Amino acid sequence: MKNTILVVLLALVAVVGGSMPYWGDSYWMYEFVNIACLFIFAMMWNLLAGYGGMVSVGQQAFFGLGGYLMLALANLAGVNPFVAIVLGALIAGVLAFPVSKIAFRLNGGYFAIGTWVIAEVIRLTVANIDAVGGGSGTSLTAFRGVSRSFRENMTYWVALAAVLITLVSVYLFLRSKQGLALQAIRDSEVAAESQGINVARMKLAVYILAAVGCALAGGLYFVSNLRISPDAAFSVNWTAFGIFIVMIGGIGRIEGPLIGTLVYWLIDTWFSDYGTWYLIGLGALAILMTQYLRSGLSGLIQQLTGLDVLSTRRVLPDEREQSRPLATTKASHV
Amino acid sequence: MFEVIIHGVLLGGLYSLFALGLSLMFGVMRLTNIAHGDQIVISGFIGIAIASVVNINPFLLIVFLVPCALVSGYAFQYFVLNRTLGKDPLPSLVITFGLSIIAQNLLQEIFSANPRSLDSGGLNTLGFGITSDMTVGVLPLIILACAIACTFGLQWMFQHTALGRAFRAVSDEKDIAELMGLNSSKVYSMATALAFALVALAGLFQSMRTTVAPTDGPSLLLFAFESVIIGGMGSFWGTFLGAMTLGLAQQIGFYFDPGWGIWFGHLVFIAILAFKPNGLFPKTVG
Repeated sequence: MKNTILVVLLALVAVVGGSMPYWGDSYWMYEFVNIACLFIFAMMWNLLAGYGGMVSVGQQAFFGLGGYLMLALANLAGVNPFVAIVLGALIAGVLAFPVSKIAFRLNGGYFAIGTWVIAEVIRLTVANIDAVGGGSGTSLTAFRGVSRSFRENMTYWVALAAVLITLVSVYLFLRSKQGLALQAIRDSEVAAESQGINVARMKLAVYILAAVGCALAGGLYFVSNLRISPDAAFSVNWTAFGIFIVMIGGIGRIEGPLIGTLVYWLIDTWFSDYGTWYLIGLGALAILMTQYLRSGLSGLIQQLTGLDVLSTRRVLPDEREQSRPLATTKASHV
Repeated sequence: MFEVIIHGVLLGGLYSLFALGLSLMFGVMRLTNIAHGDQIVISGFIGIAIASVVNINPFLLIVFLVPCALVSGYAFQYFVLNRTLGKDPLPSLVITFGLSIIAQNLLQEIFSANPRSLDSGGLNTLGFGITSDMTVGVLPLIILACAIACTFGLQWMFQHTALGRAFRAVSDEKDIAELMGLNSSKVYSMATALAFALVALAGLFQSMRTTVAPTDGPSLLLFAFESVIIGGMGSFWGTFLGAMTLGLAQQIGFYFDPGWGIWFGHLVFIAILAFKPNGLFPKTVG
């Protein structure tokens, strides 16, 4: 029953969303693409920190790499930019393997700052490559001769597809045997290891998956914005927004980034004119949520209404018949 | 090349002041303060703000600001960070990261994005010649001397005083230390108080030596962090030597190309992480 509702809901989103270019404003589509990138990024940060227990402050490394790889493939190798997004994401995933060898030498808080150093190294390296514009960046020229409306519509559709694919595949992943193993690791690494789960391999898999996702978001973002620079692509603000979105929405739950992105979008629409104050407010909100409401808004909603739409939790058949409160207690634990 | 080494060592002196506080907090309570660099910048700006209102000798400013930092560090740990400690590093990371973003934007709002410096009364241009074509600044030498004194002081305190014993005890086994009558939240707060005092010192020196800008914090944090990791955890002299190594690496990079200094420092850090993950000078004493 729940699954049927979900599938219907997804289909509805796909149809209504997919037809937007025929009735919507081009500004809405642009806005959607930008928000979609942040959403995918936040989903990946949630997967890393909320499920994998790896708090990274350096995911902008892969966001930027995705953007630059897409641009290099499209501008220099003549690949179709939309194909280049996917190829760039895959290459970033391959690069994540050697990167993880360095990053995984560190733990906990030092892992967080270590990933940040790695992102800085990549930013400074890219800033020294003249073929992609050096420190001042460059523009995506591969769309020359393509009509504007076609480009905008295509970008929008690709973004919509990317969002749906990310959502569905993260859901299916967490419901799979591997996902179960990951959540076991999150609850207790030692206990998971003793059950025969290869913790190191699982963490590596999640790290690489998150790299691919962040690079996908980056590629998409710069296809939509057409201009890239090292400072914009590798800005730590990407990770800041990702963390704020996840902490506001609720960490360690799929609907967390979804609700967090929605809240972020509302705040962004209403308050972004206030410049720095709006960032200060966003940071303060995330701090307050971390201190007082660890399960985020989605946890609060679940507590109040008993709704648990996108739960990846497995419920025993006879437990399903029991009252809801049982189901609301767990799953929010980080 | 001699000049590069001298400048590297002097820069390392400043970096070790950045790094000691981070090393202390991580050593005592496994806490990583992402706002560490921003707190260095904040103390620089507080110094600049005070100096713009009253005409005060910058060293008097240090005498005044370091005790303030002790108190605010104690309060910050006691009321904010102690609540975030636990097996999971996430809350403290998210909260200090959030504070870092808030601090950068607040500073920008108050002081604008321009870099500023603290007037050291001409001290920053004072120097004396070693060879015919090379001079060494007095201020960097003072900073280096101060860094050595702080490193020595911390190491001595850890080994020979009751407070140092308390630090080591809660670091090794918090629960047992509490059974022995230590109040770990107070011990932690003392550690952060000391770290903040070092941060205040570092911030004032940084703003005297060069400039501070609202968004400088993250890069200062990264330098401090790299120094700690390069040196190897467990001793303050390790952190000090790590900072020297980083300062040298950056100066060597700058020597070849002004755009490569920071990058080369990062590369040295990554190489050490890859080939000598316990650092160059892992725990020898204490």
